[in-house]
Amino acid sequence: MEQKTKINAEDGKQEIMITREFDLPLELLFKAYAEPEIVEQWMGTKVLKLENKKHGGYQFETTDPKGNKHGFSGVIHEFSPNKKITRTFEMEHTPFGVQLEILAFEELTDDTCRLNMHVIYESVAQRDEVLKLPFAQGINMAHNRIQDIVSKLK
Amino acid sequence: MNLRRDVFQAIADPTRRAILLLVASQSLTAGAIASNFDTARPTVSKHLQILTECELLEQKQNGREIYYQTNAKKMKAIADFIEPFRKMWDDRFNKLESIMKKYKSKK
Repeated sequence: MEQKTKINAEDGKQEIMITREFDLPLELLFKAYAEPEIVEQWMGTKVLKLENKKHGGYQFETTDPKGNKHGFSGVIHEFSPNKKITRTFEMEHTPFGVQLEILAFEELTDDTCRLNMHVIYESVAQRDEVLKLPFAQGINMAHNRIQDIVSKLK
Repeated sequence: MNLRRDVFQAIADPTRRAILLLVASQSLTAGAIASNFDTARPTVSKHLQILTECELLEQKQNGREIYYQTNAKKMKAIADFIEPFRKMWDDRFNKLESIMKKYKSKK
């Protein structure tokens, strides 16, 4: 089966391209990015602020299973409905730096559309760290599980 | 296995990536690998040691010579390291799609 979400990360470059085709009309895809209540649902985060305009900012907050709060934020440089969003993104209090995100929304048919998400990082090393993040978290989670099981055995 | 090194640390270095590419096509001796680089021989040896420790390279004795070859299984692990990241976005987008499909039918 062909993968719906594709990642293009060329070796030695400080950028990636995330591409996804949706079985949705373009307007609905864009709405999912513009309406705070909908962003909260699919991103699994709380939206503290979302100003969809040039010079606007946004602020998300996620609470992990341990109850720790994690902030995500950025500023919006371009907000063209059903076309394009250019914004920065930062995981607050982490060493991952700020990334630039260019989101291009494209209509394919009346009921399908495509999102091209171009992400540029401060350096190649930083990009690779961010790409490894879910991988590292997966390993950590496995370790925590082992720890839980082991501590119950004691 | 030496846990001191991890594969990502190993491939973070451009010379080591170049060595992997070189050895991927044919197994080579340390001398043959070093002759492809301007770097001093001990430096190349150090890179080979790191790549071997994290099991990206394997040593094979052939007569008096030791040949280096890539470990296909470990190399696949690097190719796959991006997969959890892709999966994370795929899950998010799947959720977005199902939420918006419901949203559409509600209207």
